[in-house]
Amino acid sequence: MSTRRKSGWGRRLVIAVPYLWLLVFFLAPFAIVVRISLSEVAIAMPPYLPVFDLSQGFEAFWQDLSALSFDNYAWLAGDPLYINSYLSSLWIAGVSTLLALLIGFPLAYGMARAPHSWRPILMMAVILPFWTSFLIRVYAWIGILKPEGLLTLFAQTIGILSPDDQLRILNTNTAVYIGIVYSYLPFMVLPLYAALERMDASLLEAAQDLGCPPLKAFWSITVPLAVPGIIAGCFLVFIPAVGEFVIPDLLGGSDTLMIGRTLWNEFFNNRDWPVSSAVAVLLLLVLIVPIVAFQHFQQRQQEAMR
Amino acid sequence: MNQRMSWFNVTSLTFGFAFLYLPILILIIYSFNDSRLVTVWGGFSTRWYGELFQNEGIMDAAWVTARVAFVSATIATILGTMAAIVLVRLGRFRGRTLFNGMIYAPLVMPEVITGLSLLLLFVAMGFARGFWTVVIAHITFSMCYVAVVVQSRLITFDESLEEAAQDLGCPPGRSFFAITLPVILPAVLAGWMLAFTLSLDDLVIASFATGPGATTLPIKIYSQIRLGVTPEINAVCTILIALVALGIITASLASKHRMMRARRTVG
Repeated sequence: MSTRRKSGWGRRLVIAVPYLWLLVFFLAPFAIVVRISLSEVAIAMPPYLPVFDLSQGFEAFWQDLSALSFDNYAWLAGDPLYINSYLSSLWIAGVSTLLALLIGFPLAYGMARAPHSWRPILMMAVILPFWTSFLIRVYAWIGILKPEGLLTLFAQTIGILSPDDQLRILNTNTAVYIGIVYSYLPFMVLPLYAALERMDASLLEAAQDLGCPPLKAFWSITVPLAVPGIIAGCFLVFIPAVGEFVIPDLLGGSDTLMIGRTLWNEFFNNRDWPVSSAVAVLLLLVLIVPIVAFQHFQQRQQEAMR
Repeated sequence: MNQRMSWFNVTSLTFGFAFLYLPILILIIYSFNDSRLVTVWGGFSTRWYGELFQNEGIMDAAWVTARVAFVSATIATILGTMAAIVLVRLGRFRGRTLFNGMIYAPLVMPEVITGLSLLLLFVAMGFARGFWTVVIAHITFSMCYVAVVVQSRLITFDESLEEAAQDLGCPPGRSFFAITLPVILPAVLAGWMLAFTLSLDDLVIASFATGPGATTLPIKIYSQIRLGVTPEINAVCTILIALVALGIITASLASKHRMMRARRTVG
Protein backbone atom coordinates (compact mmCIF):
# COMPACT_ATOMS: atom_id res chain seq x y z
CA MET A 1 0.00 0.00 0.00
CA SER A 2 1.33 3.41 -0.87
CA THR A 3 2.33 5.54 2.08
CA ARG A 4 0.74 8.63 0.61
CA ARG A 5 -2.75 7.35 1.19
CA LYS A 6 -2.01 6.34 4.75
CA SER A 7 -2.24 9.91 5.88
CA GLY A 8 -4.26 12.80 4.59
CA TRP A 9 -7.72 14.06 5.17
CA GLY A 10 -9.25 11.91 2.43
CA ARG A 11 -8.47 8.71 4.33
CA ARG A 12 -9.74 10.17 7.57
CA LEU A 13 -12.97 11.23 5.91
CA VAL A 14 -13.58 7.78 4.39
CA ILE A 15 -13.13 6.22 7.84
CA ALA A 16 -15.01 8.87 9.78
CA VAL A 17 -18.28 8.97 7.84
CA PRO A 18 -19.40 5.32 8.14
CA TYR A 19 -17.78 5.10 11.59
CA LEU A 20 -19.75 8.03 12.98
CA TRP A 21 -22.95 6.80 11.36
CA LEU A 22 -22.67 3.42 13.04
CA LEU A 23 -21.65 4.93 16.38
CA VAL A 24 -24.67 7.22 16.42
CA PHE A 25 -27.30 4.92 14.93
CA PHE A 26 -26.11 1.50 15.99
CA LEU A 27 -24.01 1.64 19.15
CA ALA A 28 -25.55 4.62 20.93
CA PRO A 29 -29.09 3.17 20.67
CA PHE A 30 -27.87 0.10 22.60
CA ALA A 31 -26.53 2.23 25.38
CA ILE A 32 -29.97 3.82 25.55
CA VAL A 33 -31.71 0.42 25.64
CA VAL A 34 -29.51 -0.73 28.53
CA ARG A 35 -30.10 2.55 30.34
CA ILE A 36 -33.89 2.46 29.91
CA SER A 37 -34.01 -1.17 31.01
CA LEU A 38 -32.84 0.16 34.39
CA SER A 39 -35.59 2.75 34.62
CA GLU A 40 -39.09 2.66 35.96
CA VAL A 41 -42.22 2.81 33.89
CA ALA A 42 -44.15 6.06 34.10
CA ILE A 43 -47.28 7.49 32.62
CA ALA A 44 -45.62 10.18 30.57
CA MET A 45 -44.02 10.70 27.23
CA PRO A 46 -41.49 9.13 27.00
CA PRO A 47 -43.04 6.57 29.36
CA TYR A 48 -40.13 5.93 31.70
CA LEU A 49 -38.36 7.51 34.65
CA PRO A 50 -35.90 8.97 35.30
CA VAL A 51 -35.19 10.94 32.15
CA PHE A 52 -31.67 12.29 32.25
CA ASP A 53 -31.49 15.99 31.78
CA LEU A 54 -27.99 17.42 31.97
CA SER A 55 -29.27 20.97 32.01
CA GLN A 56 -30.36 20.39 35.61
CA GLY A 57 -26.71 20.15 36.63
CA PHE A 58 -24.64 17.28 37.96
CA GLU A 59 -26.39 17.17 41.31
CA ALA A 60 -29.64 16.17 39.63
CA PHE A 61 -27.80 13.79 37.31
CA TRP A 62 -26.40 11.82 40.23
CA GLN A 63 -29.75 11.76 41.87
CA ASP A 64 -31.24 10.31 38.68
CA LEU A 65 -28.44 7.79 38.48
CA SER A 66 -29.18 6.48 41.94
CA ALA A 67 -32.80 6.00 40.88
CA LEU A 68 -31.73 3.33 38.38
CA SER A 69 -32.64 -0.15 39.45
CA PHE A 70 -32.58 -3.76 38.43
CA ASP A 71 -36.28 -4.09 39.22
CA ASN A 72 -37.17 -4.86 35.62
CA TYR A 73 -34.76 -7.76 35.52
CA ALA A 74 -36.08 -9.07 38.83
CA TRP A 75 -39.57 -8.77 37.34
CA LEU A 76 -38.50 -10.78 34.28
CA ALA A 77 -37.00 -13.48 36.47
CA GLY A 78 -40.11 -13.64 38.64
CA ASP A 79 -42.69 -13.90 35.86
CA PRO A 80 -42.80 -17.33 34.17
CA LEU A 81 -44.10 -15.68 30.97
CA TYR A 82 -40.65 -14.33 30.17
CA ILE A 83 -38.65 -17.39 31.14
CA ASN A 84 -41.02 -19.57 29.16
CA SER A 85 -40.72 -17.21 26.19
CA TYR A 86 -36.94 -17.53 26.19
CA LEU A 87 -37.01 -21.31 26.60
CA SER A 88 -39.72 -21.79 24.02
CA SER A 89 -37.88 -19.55 21.52
CA LEU A 90 -34.77 -21.68 21.89
CA TRP A 91 -36.83 -24.87 21.57
CA ILE A 92 -38.79 -23.73 18.49
CA ALA A 93 -35.64 -22.42 16.81
CA GLY A 94 -33.83 -25.68 17.62
CA VAL A 95 -36.57 -27.96 16.27
CA SER A 96 -36.91 -25.79 13.14
CA THR A 97 -33.16 -25.90 12.57
CA LEU A 98 -33.20 -29.69 12.76
CA LEU A 99 -36.13 -29.90 10.33
CA ALA A 100 -34.42 -27.47 7.96
CA LEU A 101 -31.35 -29.70 8.02
CA LEU A 102 -33.43 -32.80 7.25
CA ILE A 103 -35.11 -31.10 4.29
CA GLY A 104 -32.12 -29.06 3.16
CA PHE A 105 -29.60 -31.88 3.10
CA PRO A 106 -31.22 -33.99 0.34
CA LEU A 107 -31.83 -30.82 -1.66
CA ALA A 108 -28.22 -29.65 -1.35
CA TYR A 109 -27.02 -33.18 -2.09
CA GLY A 110 -29.16 -33.37 -5.22
CA MET A 111 -27.83 -30.00 -6.36
CA ALA A 112 -24.22 -30.99 -5.79
CA ARG A 113 -24.70 -34.21 -7.80
CA ALA A 114 -26.63 -32.55 -10.64
CA PRO A 115 -24.91 -32.07 -14.02
CA HIS A 116 -22.41 -29.19 -14.02
CA SER A 117 -24.38 -27.08 -16.43
CA TRP A 118 -27.45 -27.15 -14.17
CA ARG A 119 -25.75 -26.06 -11.00
CA PRO A 120 -25.70 -22.26 -11.50
CA ILE A 121 -29.42 -22.37 -12.36
CA LEU A 122 -30.24 -24.51 -9.32
CA MET A 123 -28.21 -22.13 -7.12
CA MET A 124 -30.14 -19.21 -8.54
CA ALA A 125 -33.41 -21.06 -7.91
CA VAL A 126 -32.51 -21.48 -4.22
CA ILE A 127 -31.53 -17.83 -3.81
CA LEU A 128 -34.47 -16.37 -5.75
CA PRO A 129 -37.23 -16.88 -3.13
CA PHE A 130 -34.92 -15.11 -0.76
CA TRP A 131 -35.28 -11.88 -2.66
CA THR A 132 -39.06 -12.00 -2.43
CA SER A 133 -40.51 -10.39 0.62
CA PHE A 134 -40.30 -12.36 3.83
CA LEU A 135 -43.75 -11.14 4.83
CA ILE A 136 -45.25 -12.34 1.54
CA ARG A 137 -43.70 -15.78 1.88
CA VAL A 138 -45.09 -16.18 5.39
CA TYR A 139 -48.47 -14.85 4.26
CA ALA A 140 -48.59 -17.39 1.41
CA TRP A 141 -48.72 -20.17 4.02
CA ILE A 142 -51.81 -18.77 5.74
CA GLY A 143 -53.95 -19.54 2.69
CA ILE A 144 -52.52 -23.04 2.56
CA LEU A 145 -52.65 -23.98 6.23
CA LYS A 146 -55.88 -22.47 7.48
CA PRO A 147 -58.68 -24.92 8.37
CA GLU A 148 -60.69 -24.22 5.19
CA GLY A 149 -57.46 -23.73 3.23
CA LEU A 150 -55.82 -25.51 0.35
CA LEU A 151 -54.07 -28.23 2.35
CA THR A 152 -57.38 -29.36 3.86
CA LEU A 153 -58.91 -29.30 0.38
CA PHE A 154 -56.02 -31.34 -0.98
CA ALA A 155 -56.21 -33.91 1.81
CA GLN A 156 -59.96 -34.25 1.29
CA THR A 157 -59.53 -34.65 -2.47
CA ILE A 158 -57.01 -37.47 -2.22
CA GLY A 159 -59.13 -39.08 0.50
CA ILE A 160 -56.88 -39.09 3.57
CA LEU A 161 -59.27 -36.70 5.29
CA SER A 162 -63.03 -37.07 5.44
CA PRO A 163 -64.96 -34.18 3.82
CA ASP A 164 -66.28 -33.01 7.19
CA ASP A 165 -62.89 -32.77 8.85
CA GLN A 166 -60.50 -29.87 8.67
CA LEU A 167 -56.79 -29.72 9.35
CA ARG A 168 -55.86 -27.71 12.41
CA ILE A 169 -52.38 -26.53 11.59
CA LEU A 170 -52.61 -22.75 11.40
CA ASN A 171 -52.16 -21.07 14.79
CA THR A 172 -50.18 -23.96 16.21
CA ASN A 173 -46.47 -24.50 16.74
CA THR A 174 -46.44 -26.84 13.73
CA ALA A 175 -47.28 -23.89 11.50
CA VAL A 176 -44.42 -21.93 13.10
CA TYR A 177 -41.99 -24.77 12.35
CA ILE A 178 -43.17 -24.86 8.73
CA GLY A 179 -42.84 -21.09 8.45
CA ILE A 180 -39.32 -20.96 9.87
CA VAL A 181 -38.09 -23.92 7.79
CA TYR A 182 -39.61 -22.42 4.66
CA SER A 183 -38.23 -18.93 5.22
CA TYR A 184 -34.71 -19.92 6.23
CA LEU A 185 -34.17 -22.97 4.00
CA PRO A 186 -31.83 -21.09 1.60
CA PHE A 187 -29.57 -20.28 4.58
CA MET A 188 -29.28 -24.01 5.25
CA VAL A 189 -28.97 -25.20 1.65
CA LEU A 190 -26.25 -22.81 0.45
CA PRO A 191 -23.47 -23.71 2.93
CA LEU A 192 -24.41 -27.41 2.67
CA TYR A 193 -24.20 -27.21 -1.10
CA ALA A 194 -20.83 -25.44 -0.91
CA ALA A 195 -19.45 -28.23 1.31
CA LEU A 196 -20.94 -31.10 -0.73
CA GLU A 197 -19.90 -29.66 -4.06
CA ARG A 198 -16.25 -29.53 -2.99
CA MET A 199 -16.39 -33.21 -2.10
CA ASP A 200 -14.49 -35.57 -4.38
CA ALA A 201 -16.99 -38.04 -5.89
CA SER A 202 -14.23 -40.59 -6.50
CA LEU A 203 -14.05 -41.17 -2.73
CA LEU A 204 -17.52 -42.72 -2.85
CA GLU A 205 -16.61 -44.78 -5.91
CA ALA A 206 -13.52 -46.08 -4.16
CA ALA A 207 -15.59 -47.08 -1.13
CA GLN A 208 -18.07 -48.79 -3.39
CA ASP A 209 -15.32 -50.67 -5.26
CA LEU A 210 -14.03 -51.92 -1.94
CA GLY A 211 -17.48 -53.32 -1.15
CA CYS A 212 -18.83 -50.65 1.17
CA PRO A 213 -22.65 -50.48 1.04
CA PRO A 214 -23.96 -47.09 -0.19
CA LEU A 215 -25.66 -46.18 3.08
CA LYS A 216 -22.55 -46.90 5.10
CA ALA A 217 -20.43 -44.95 2.61
CA PHE A 218 -22.83 -42.05 3.00
CA TRP A 219 -22.49 -42.03 6.81
CA SER A 220 -18.74 -42.57 6.92
CA ILE A 221 -17.66 -40.36 3.99
CA THR A 222 -20.29 -37.85 2.85
CA VAL A 223 -21.60 -36.75 6.23
CA PRO A 224 -18.19 -36.13 7.89
CA LEU A 225 -17.06 -34.10 4.86
CA ALA A 226 -20.25 -32.05 5.02
CA VAL A 227 -19.84 -31.19 8.71
CA PRO A 228 -18.57 -27.61 8.12
CA GLY A 229 -21.60 -26.95 5.93
CA ILE A 230 -23.95 -28.53 8.47
CA ILE A 231 -22.58 -26.38 11.30
CA ALA A 232 -22.67 -23.16 9.27
CA GLY A 233 -26.19 -23.87 8.02
CA CYS A 234 -27.49 -24.65 11.51
CA PHE A 235 -26.08 -21.44 12.96
CA LEU A 236 -27.47 -19.38 10.08
CA VAL A 237 -30.97 -20.77 10.66
CA PHE A 238 -30.90 -20.92 14.47
CA ILE A 239 -29.62 -17.40 15.23
CA PRO A 240 -32.26 -15.41 13.30
CA ALA A 241 -35.02 -17.88 14.21
CA VAL A 242 -34.62 -17.23 17.97
CA GLY A 243 -35.51 -13.55 17.62
CA GLU A 244 -38.22 -14.07 14.99
CA PHE A 245 -41.40 -12.02 15.28
CA VAL A 246 -43.38 -12.20 12.03
CA ILE A 247 -43.64 -15.99 11.80
CA PRO A 248 -44.93 -16.72 15.34
CA ASP A 249 -47.23 -13.73 15.12
CA LEU A 250 -48.89 -14.66 11.83
CA LEU A 251 -48.70 -18.47 11.87
CA GLY A 252 -48.51 -19.26 15.60
CA GLY A 253 -51.38 -19.52 18.04
CA SER A 254 -52.03 -17.33 21.05
CA ASP A 255 -50.07 -19.84 23.12
CA THR A 256 -47.02 -19.79 20.85
CA LEU A 257 -44.46 -18.01 22.98
CA MET A 258 -41.46 -16.51 21.28
CA ILE A 259 -39.33 -13.79 22.76
CA GLY A 260 -39.48 -11.48 19.73
CA ARG A 261 -43.25 -11.55 19.94
CA THR A 262 -43.24 -11.00 23.72
CA LEU A 263 -41.01 -7.95 23.25
CA TRP A 264 -43.30 -6.59 20.54
CA ASN A 265 -46.42 -7.03 22.69
CA GLU A 266 -44.74 -5.56 25.74
CA PHE A 267 -43.79 -2.51 23.69
CA PHE A 268 -46.77 -1.90 21.44
CA ASN A 269 -49.63 -3.32 23.51
CA ASN A 270 -48.55 -2.77 27.13
CA ARG A 271 -46.42 0.29 26.32
CA ASP A 272 -43.94 -0.82 28.95
CA TRP A 273 -40.70 0.53 27.53
CA PRO A 274 -38.42 -0.35 30.47
CA VAL A 275 -39.52 -4.01 30.53
CA SER A 276 -39.27 -4.40 26.75
CA SER A 277 -35.76 -2.90 26.93
CA ALA A 278 -34.84 -5.43 29.60
CA VAL A 279 -36.25 -8.23 27.40
CA ALA A 280 -34.09 -6.95 24.52
CA VAL A 281 -30.93 -6.87 26.65
CA LEU A 282 -31.52 -10.45 27.82
CA LEU A 283 -32.32 -11.63 24.28
CA LEU A 284 -29.00 -10.23 23.16
CA LEU A 285 -27.22 -11.98 26.01
CA VAL A 286 -28.91 -15.27 25.05
CA LEU A 287 -27.83 -14.83 21.42
CA ILE A 288 -24.25 -13.78 22.13
CA VAL A 289 -23.24 -17.37 22.91
CA PRO A 290 -24.22 -18.83 19.49
CA ILE A 291 -23.05 -15.69 17.63
CA VAL A 292 -19.58 -15.75 19.17
CA ALA A 293 -19.37 -19.53 18.66
CA PHE A 294 -20.26 -19.05 15.00
CA GLN A 295 -17.67 -16.30 14.49
CA HIS A 296 -15.06 -18.47 16.13
CA PHE A 297 -16.03 -21.40 13.91
CA GLN A 298 -15.85 -19.30 10.74
CA GLN A 299 -12.46 -17.90 11.65
CA ARG A 300 -11.13 -21.44 12.11
CA GLN A 301 -12.64 -22.46 8.76
CA GLN A 302 -10.97 -19.55 6.99
CA GLU A 303 -7.63 -20.36 8.54
CA ALA A 304 -8.00 -24.00 7.50
CA MET A 305 -8.74 -22.95 3.91
CA ARG A 306 -5.53 -20.96 3.62
CA MET B 1 -25.97 -47.59 -7.80
CA ASN B 2 -25.52 -44.57 -10.05
CA GLN B 3 -28.99 -45.11 -11.44
CA ARG B 4 -30.51 -45.33 -8.01
CA MET B 5 -28.65 -42.30 -6.73
CA SER B 6 -29.81 -40.15 -9.59
CA TRP B 7 -33.39 -41.30 -9.02
CA PHE B 8 -33.01 -40.26 -5.39
CA ASN B 9 -31.48 -36.95 -6.43
CA VAL B 10 -34.22 -36.13 -8.88
CA THR B 11 -36.84 -36.84 -6.22
CA SER B 12 -35.16 -34.70 -3.60
CA LEU B 13 -34.65 -31.85 -6.05
CA THR B 14 -38.29 -32.03 -7.16
CA PHE B 15 -39.64 -32.06 -3.62
CA GLY B 16 -37.22 -29.41 -2.42
CA PHE B 17 -38.04 -26.96 -5.17
CA ALA B 18 -41.75 -27.73 -5.00
CA PHE B 19 -41.62 -26.81 -1.31
CA LEU B 20 -39.79 -23.57 -2.11
CA TYR B 21 -41.95 -22.48 -5.02
CA LEU B 22 -45.47 -23.93 -4.64
CA PRO B 23 -46.65 -21.48 -1.95
CA ILE B 24 -45.56 -18.51 -4.04
CA LEU B 25 -47.12 -19.98 -7.20
CA ILE B 26 -50.42 -20.64 -5.43
CA LEU B 27 -50.44 -17.07 -4.15
CA ILE B 28 -49.89 -15.72 -7.67
CA ILE B 29 -52.56 -17.98 -9.20
CA TYR B 30 -55.16 -17.05 -6.59
CA SER B 31 -54.55 -13.33 -7.12
CA PHE B 32 -56.31 -13.88 -10.48
CA ASN B 33 -59.24 -15.65 -8.84
CA ASP B 34 -62.59 -13.99 -9.38
CA SER B 35 -64.02 -15.39 -6.13
CA ARG B 36 -63.48 -13.64 -2.81
CA LEU B 37 -63.06 -17.01 -1.12
CA VAL B 38 -59.49 -18.18 -1.18
CA THR B 39 -60.23 -21.87 -1.77
CA VAL B 40 -62.98 -21.54 -4.35
CA TRP B 41 -61.91 -20.95 -7.93
CA GLY B 42 -64.38 -18.53 -9.50
CA GLY B 43 -62.70 -18.13 -12.85
CA PHE B 44 -59.85 -15.97 -14.14
CA SER B 45 -60.16 -12.27 -13.48
CA THR B 46 -58.03 -9.21 -12.91
CA ARG B 47 -60.64 -7.44 -10.82
CA TRP B 48 -58.50 -7.41 -7.66
CA TYR B 49 -55.82 -5.53 -9.52
CA GLY B 50 -58.42 -2.98 -10.54
CA GLU B 51 -59.64 -2.65 -6.96
CA LEU B 52 -56.08 -2.42 -5.76
CA PHE B 53 -55.40 0.69 -7.80
CA GLN B 54 -58.58 2.22 -6.36
CA ASN B 55 -57.39 1.51 -2.81
CA GLU B 56 -55.85 4.79 -1.71
CA GLY B 57 -54.38 3.43 1.52
CA ILE B 58 -52.36 0.79 -0.29
CA MET B 59 -51.29 3.10 -3.11
CA ASP B 60 -50.09 5.73 -0.62
CA ALA B 61 -48.15 3.10 1.29
CA ALA B 62 -46.59 1.85 -1.96
CA TRP B 63 -45.45 5.37 -2.81
CA VAL B 64 -43.94 5.89 0.67
CA THR B 65 -42.16 2.54 0.42
CA ALA B 66 -40.73 3.31 -3.01
CA ARG B 67 -39.33 6.63 -1.80
CA VAL B 68 -37.94 5.17 1.44
CA ALA B 69 -36.32 2.30 -0.45
CA PHE B 70 -34.79 4.54 -3.11
CA VAL B 71 -33.35 7.13 -0.72
CA SER B 72 -32.15 4.63 1.88
CA ALA B 73 -30.61 2.27 -0.70
CA THR B 74 -28.70 5.13 -2.34
CA ILE B 75 -27.27 6.51 0.91
CA ALA B 76 -26.61 2.99 2.24
CA THR B 77 -24.67 2.17 -0.94
CA ILE B 78 -22.42 5.21 -0.53
CA LEU B 79 -21.82 4.55 3.18
CA GLY B 80 -21.46 0.79 2.67
CA THR B 81 -18.94 1.22 -0.14
CA MET B 82 -16.91 3.57 2.07
CA ALA B 83 -17.08 1.01 4.87
CA ALA B 84 -15.88 -1.74 2.50
CA ILE B 85 -12.91 0.42 1.47
CA VAL B 86 -12.10 0.98 5.14
CA LEU B 87 -12.27 -2.78 5.79
CA VAL B 88 -10.15 -3.87 2.82
CA ARG B 89 -7.84 -0.98 1.99
CA LEU B 90 -7.14 1.33 4.84
CA GLY B 91 -5.23 -1.04 7.09
CA ARG B 92 -5.00 -0.50 10.82
CA PHE B 93 -6.30 2.48 12.72
CA ARG B 94 -7.44 3.08 16.24
CA GLY B 95 -10.88 1.55 16.81
CA ARG B 96 -10.74 -0.82 13.87
CA THR B 97 -11.93 -3.85 15.88
CA LEU B 98 -14.97 -1.89 17.00
CA PHE B 99 -15.61 -0.88 13.39
CA ASN B 100 -15.48 -4.51 12.24
CA GLY B 101 -17.89 -5.47 14.99
CA MET B 102 -20.32 -2.70 14.08
CA ILE B 103 -20.33 -3.82 10.44
CA TYR B 104 -21.07 -7.48 11.20
CA ALA B 105 -23.31 -7.14 14.25
CA PRO B 106 -26.36 -5.69 12.45
CA LEU B 107 -26.36 -8.74 10.14
CA VAL B 108 -27.10 -11.10 13.03
CA MET B 109 -29.06 -8.71 15.24
CA PRO B 110 -32.72 -9.66 15.78
CA GLU B 111 -34.86 -7.07 14.04
CA VAL B 112 -36.93 -6.40 17.15
CA ILE B 113 -33.80 -5.22 18.99
CA THR B 114 -32.57 -2.99 16.15
CA GLY B 115 -36.03 -1.49 15.81
CA LEU B 116 -36.56 -0.93 19.52
CA SER B 117 -33.12 0.61 20.05
CA LEU B 118 -33.49 3.02 17.13
CA LEU B 119 -36.91 4.11 18.31
CA LEU B 120 -35.56 4.81 21.79
CA LEU B 121 -32.75 6.84 20.23
CA PHE B 122 -35.20 8.89 18.17
CA VAL B 123 -37.31 9.55 21.23
CA ALA B 124 -34.26 10.47 23.33
CA MET B 125 -33.02 12.85 20.63
CA GLY B 126 -36.45 14.35 20.16
CA PHE B 127 -36.70 13.42 16.45
CA ALA B 128 -40.21 13.59 15.03
CA ARG B 129 -40.91 10.08 13.75
CA GLY B 130 -41.88 9.71 10.11
CA PHE B 131 -40.32 9.33 6.68
CA TRP B 132 -36.77 10.25 7.66
CA THR B 133 -36.58 8.08 10.76
CA VAL B 134 -37.56 5.04 8.65
CA VAL B 135 -34.92 6.04 6.09
CA ILE B 136 -32.23 6.34 8.79
CA ALA B 137 -33.20 2.96 10.26
CA HIS B 138 -33.02 1.28 6.85
CA ILE B 139 -29.69 2.88 5.98
CA THR B 140 -28.20 1.64 9.24
CA PHE B 141 -28.84 -2.04 8.67
CA SER B 142 -28.60 -2.18 4.88
CA MET B 143 -25.25 -0.34 4.68
CA CYS B 144 -23.70 -3.32 6.47
CA TYR B 145 -25.02 -5.73 3.81
CA VAL B 146 -23.65 -3.41 1.09
CA ALA B 147 -20.29 -3.31 2.87
CA VAL B 148 -20.07 -7.12 2.91
CA VAL B 149 -21.03 -7.44 -0.79
CA VAL B 150 -18.60 -4.73 -1.97
CA GLN B 151 -15.86 -5.99 0.34
CA SER B 152 -15.89 -9.44 -1.28
CA ARG B 153 -15.32 -7.84 -4.70
CA LEU B 154 -12.71 -5.40 -3.43
CA ILE B 155 -10.58 -8.18 -1.96
CA THR B 156 -10.01 -9.73 -5.39
CA PHE B 157 -9.21 -6.39 -7.03
CA ASP B 158 -5.59 -5.85 -8.01
CA GLU B 159 -4.49 -2.83 -6.05
CA SER B 160 -1.35 -2.25 -8.08
CA LEU B 161 -3.43 -0.68 -10.86
CA GLU B 162 -4.48 2.12 -8.60
CA GLU B 163 -1.00 2.47 -7.18
CA ALA B 164 0.45 2.77 -10.68
CA ALA B 165 -1.97 5.61 -11.42
CA GLN B 166 -0.90 7.35 -8.23
CA ASP B 167 2.76 6.90 -9.03
CA LEU B 168 2.04 8.64 -12.30
CA GLY B 169 0.67 11.58 -10.34
CA CYS B 170 -3.05 10.82 -10.14
CA PRO B 171 -4.54 12.03 -6.83
CA PRO B 172 -5.99 9.21 -4.65
CA GLY B 173 -9.57 10.41 -4.91
CA ARG B 174 -9.43 10.59 -8.68
CA SER B 175 -7.67 7.26 -9.11
CA PHE B 176 -10.49 5.68 -7.11
CA PHE B 177 -13.19 7.05 -9.38
CA ALA B 178 -11.22 6.40 -12.58
CA ILE B 179 -9.93 2.89 -11.87
CA THR B 180 -11.34 1.13 -8.81
CA LEU B 181 -14.97 2.21 -9.03
CA PRO B 182 -15.54 0.98 -12.62
CA VAL B 183 -14.16 -2.43 -11.63
CA ILE B 184 -16.21 -2.83 -8.45
CA LEU B 185 -19.31 -1.22 -9.98
CA PRO B 186 -21.20 -4.51 -10.48
CA ALA B 187 -20.80 -5.26 -6.77
CA VAL B 188 -21.84 -1.71 -5.85
CA LEU B 189 -24.96 -2.06 -8.01
CA ALA B 190 -25.71 -5.48 -6.51
CA GLY B 191 -25.34 -3.88 -3.08
CA TRP B 192 -27.80 -1.16 -4.06
CA MET B 193 -30.32 -3.75 -5.24
CA LEU B 194 -29.92 -5.72 -2.04
CA ALA B 195 -30.38 -2.57 0.05
CA PHE B 196 -33.44 -1.63 -2.01
CA THR B 197 -35.14 -5.00 -1.56
CA LEU B 198 -34.23 -5.15 2.14
CA SER B 199 -35.92 -1.81 2.62
CA LEU B 200 -38.90 -2.90 0.51
CA ASP B 201 -39.35 -6.01 2.66
CA ASP B 202 -38.80 -4.68 6.12
CA LEU B 203 -41.76 -4.81 8.48
CA VAL B 204 -40.34 -5.01 12.00
CA ILE B 205 -37.78 -2.20 12.01
CA ALA B 206 -40.08 0.11 10.05
CA SER B 207 -42.92 -0.53 12.53
CA PHE B 208 -40.75 0.79 15.35
CA ALA B 209 -39.23 3.69 13.44
CA THR B 210 -42.32 4.95 11.66
CA GLY B 211 -44.64 7.75 12.63
CA PRO B 212 -47.77 9.40 11.35
CA GLY B 213 -47.95 9.69 7.57
CA ALA B 214 -45.14 7.23 6.91
CA THR B 215 -46.96 3.89 6.68
CA THR B 216 -44.90 1.64 4.45
CA LEU B 217 -46.34 -1.13 2.29
CA PRO B 218 -45.23 -4.02 4.58
CA ILE B 219 -46.86 -2.28 7.56
CA LYS B 220 -50.05 -1.85 5.54
CA ILE B 221 -49.98 -5.45 4.30
CA TYR B 222 -49.36 -6.71 7.82
CA SER B 223 -52.31 -4.84 9.28
CA GLN B 224 -54.54 -6.15 6.45
CA ILE B 225 -53.36 -9.73 6.99
CA ARG B 226 -54.27 -9.49 10.66
CA LEU B 227 -57.81 -8.76 9.54
CA GLY B 228 -57.84 -11.81 7.25
CA VAL B 229 -56.65 -12.98 3.84
CA THR B 230 -57.98 -10.74 1.09
CA PRO B 231 -57.58 -11.11 -2.68
CA GLU B 232 -56.28 -7.54 -2.93
CA ILE B 233 -53.30 -8.46 -0.77
CA ASN B 234 -52.64 -11.40 -3.09
CA ALA B 235 -52.58 -8.91 -5.96
CA VAL B 236 -50.13 -6.55 -4.17
CA CYS B 237 -47.88 -9.49 -3.33
CA THR B 238 -47.95 -10.71 -6.94
CA ILE B 239 -46.94 -7.28 -8.21
CA LEU B 240 -44.08 -7.11 -5.68
CA ILE B 241 -42.88 -10.60 -6.64
CA ALA B 242 -43.03 -9.68 -10.33
CA LEU B 243 -41.03 -6.49 -9.76
CA VAL B 244 -38.32 -8.28 -7.78
CA ALA B 245 -38.13 -11.12 -10.33
CA LEU B 246 -37.86 -8.59 -13.15
CA GLY B 247 -35.05 -6.76 -11.35
CA ILE B 248 -33.09 -9.95 -10.73
CA ILE B 249 -33.51 -11.25 -14.29
CA THR B 250 -32.39 -7.89 -15.68
CA ALA B 251 -29.39 -7.84 -13.37
CA SER B 252 -28.31 -11.38 -14.21
CA LEU B 253 -28.72 -10.77 -17.95
CA ALA B 254 -26.66 -7.61 -17.63
CA SER B 255 -23.88 -9.42 -15.79
CA LYS B 256 -23.91 -12.22 -18.39
CA HIS B 257 -23.67 -9.64 -21.15
CA ARG B 258 -20.76 -7.96 -19.41
CA MET B 259 -18.98 -11.28 -18.92
CA MET B 260 -19.39 -12.19 -22.60
CA ARG B 261 -18.01 -8.81 -23.62
CA ALA B 262 -15.10 -9.15 -21.23
CA ARG B 263 -14.35 -12.60 -22.63
CA ARG B 264 -14.41 -11.24 -26.15
CA THR B 265 -11.93 -8.47 -25.32
CA VAL B 266 -9.63 -10.90 -23.53
CA GLY B 267 -9.85 -13.63 -26.16
